[in-house]
Amino acid sequence: MISELLFFMEVLVAGLLSGTMYSLVALGFVLIYKASSTFNFAQGAMVFFAVLSFVGLMEFGIPFSVAFVLTIFLMIAVGLATERLVLRPLMNQSEDTLLMATIGLGFVLEGLAQAVWGVEVRRLDLGIKDSPIPWIADNLQLFISALDVTAGLVATTMIIGLTLLFKYTKIGLGLRSVADDAGAASSIGIPLKHIMLLVWSAAGVVALVAGMMWGARAGVQFALIDLALKALPVLIIGGFSSIPGAIIGGLLIGAVEKILEVYIGPYFGGGIEGWAPYVLAIFFLLYRPEGLFGEKIIRRV
Amino acid sequence: MIKSCMRKILSTVSVVGLLCSTMVLPQNSFGAETQYFPVASSRVGPYSAMGTGYYGAQIDYMNYVNMTGGVNGVMLTWQECETEYNAVKTVECYQRLLQKDGQKIVVFDTLGTPGAYAVINRMATDNVVLAQYGYGRTDAADGRVWPWVFNAASHYWSQIGVKLRWMAEIEGGVAKMKGKKIVHLHIDSAYGREPLPAMRKIAADWGITLIEIAIAPPGLEQQSQWLQIRKEKPDWVTFWGAGSGMNSTAMTNAARINFPRTKMMYVTFGGAEEDMVPAGDSAKGTYVVANALPGTDFPLVKNIKDKVYGSGKGNLSDTSRVGTVYWNRGLGAAVMWVEAMRNAQKIHNKVGKAVTGAEFRDGYEALNMTDERLAAIGVKGMVAPFAISCANHEGAGKFALMQWDGKKFNKVKDWTAPNDPKFIRQLVEDSAAKFAKENNITPKKCS
Repeated sequence: MISELLFFMEVLVAGLLSGTMYSLVALGFVLIYKASSTFNFAQGAMVFFAVLSFVGLMEFGIPFSVAFVLTIFLMIAVGLATERLVLRPLMNQSEDTLLMATIGLGFVLEGLAQAVWGVEVRRLDLGIKDSPIPWIADNLQLFISALDVTAGLVATTMIIGLTLLFKYTKIGLGLRSVADDAGAASSIGIPLKHIMLLVWSAAGVVALVAGMMWGARAGVQFALIDLALKALPVLIIGGFSSIPGAIIGGLLIGAVEKILEVYIGPYFGGGIEGWAPYVLAIFFLLYRPEGLFGEKIIRRV
Repeated sequence: MIKSCMRKILSTVSVVGLLCSTMVLPQNSFGAETQYFPVASSRVGPYSAMGTGYYGAQIDYMNYVNMTGGVNGVMLTWQECETEYNAVKTVECYQRLLQKDGQKIVVFDTLGTPGAYAVINRMATDNVVLAQYGYGRTDAADGRVWPWVFNAASHYWSQIGVKLRWMAEIEGGVAKMKGKKIVHLHIDSAYGREPLPAMRKIAADWGITLIEIAIAPPGLEQQSQWLQIRKEKPDWVTFWGAGSGMNSTAMTNAARINFPRTKMMYVTFGGAEEDMVPAGDSAKGTYVVANALPGTDFPLVKNIKDKVYGSGKGNLSDTSRVGTVYWNRGLGAAVMWVEAMRNAQKIHNKVGKAVTGAEFRDGYEALNMTDERLAAIGVKGMVAPFAISCANHEGAGKFALMQWDGKKFNKVKDWTAPNDPKFIRQLVEDSAAKFAKENNITPKKCS
């Protein structure tokens, strides 16, 4: 009985730790959604593009820290190009148009990353071990790695930083006003172009950090793009526009999918964690479409 | 001014056109007899590491054959189509590649079980050979029911039989396997489940407890699967994944729960250099099954490096990948095509001429890759010797075992057949007979 309980705890903790990794990816989506009310389908490709560029630069012998800074500049350049070439021409177009544009942008980034850096799978060594921390394993019987702990700390730091940015700075106020009504925000002098550039650049940096965490665990490779699919139910549950929602949604999805996979999965032939989060997301869409922390939108008819 | 501008545009267009046409119809195709081959490659997407190596080698070998006079003077041409390892796109590519300049393809190679299943029923109608080099539908090894499909040189049921044999050898014999627990950790797809019919029967016969655990693709997250493995405490894990993300993650997750990598045996399509390197130290000690061994010392590999890459015509930009697991496997596949074509020319008195699909099929069925023949080609030791017959489209049914030492693979077991190949063959025949009955197919008579 005690061993069963311990095992359940282990599954739960593993799920929560996976959840922080999902949250990191989901954060990038939230940033874009907050500014343009658009689900950025290119976020997965941005994760791949950012981390592949980072590793690619290091392959040229560029030191870790310099490559990191260069990649941040590269992602700002991607944000700038996106604003100039995609968003500005589509200003005042419907959200559906922007959504389609992000799908196209995703394909461009996928192709560009592979054309520039090649398709080989790369190893990313952050110097953080992904093996169990002995003290925790010995005393608590929980197999938690240093990478898990780092991912949790990074996610928490980013959430605190972004929450402070949105709540207590002029930029944050501008972002919120643009998200609420871009036309009205523009009419009172909030520079839409700058806001968009800032948001896309920030999403690029978040993509780089998320990519580094995932790349350190699974290698830098094309499959990272599919992480976007994991972020979707996280956002539906947490709320598309909420930064704390991204972390709570991520933790919830991580924990639920692991528990379902371990305890219910064998009755369905296994592999249910691929679709189980979507079932949960559908329930949320039916009963709480704005998610746990999303803003309830009331439209006048 | 306008005229000169137009002339420039036209000349540019013609140069681009010429370049494009030479990409499709490479070397010596002007005036010489040609044989057209399809390359349904997967160079982008999660399976790109596999696709670039495998199909890159096929193109390299065809280039090499052309540079050394073709197949009895017949030059090889090819056209590429990107499938992204997707079954729907594989069907599209099949349709697109089927005919070119009045010449039809004679063989099709999807490098994937989902793609093979998607096109398999077209083969007999279109007179095209489906060459499933160690993948695909297993019971197609019964040539009486599937005359147009080949599993040469070995299929998945033999592979799982060989894996279990090696485990038994390491454990001290089949008798010692009684009561052992094996987890079959597999991608949640037809490919992942393909070995199960044979595995379940052998496990029942040997008294093994078999636990099947599926991973949803792309498989970057496997914590729940590995927690189950930790709970079950198996003696062995047979890993049947695909894509570098899933393959490398399995090893890092094994390391997280301290499961010994020396108790993990990877499937042929799960273990290559591109899968091991991203896992770093976690990959050390992992066993991988091979149907084509890696290495650059094989004479044919050396010749291709010298002639094709030496003249700047190599398909891979990273030449260090020549001689790796996927590249050598692609080379093995292309060697079979050319050998089958050579056989077809001989059987049908068409030496120096292109062959039809039906003639190529006969040539494929006549493959007899003895050690002497493999040595003459320059790949002795890279693949197991084998022969195909009218009824048996599998061939060798043998595999080698490699182990990753942290930097490279080392061969630890030579070409080995399952403990009881007749048992595996019986399973194939039973399954094929069932399929034939369900689909009103009259099996071909093989005298």
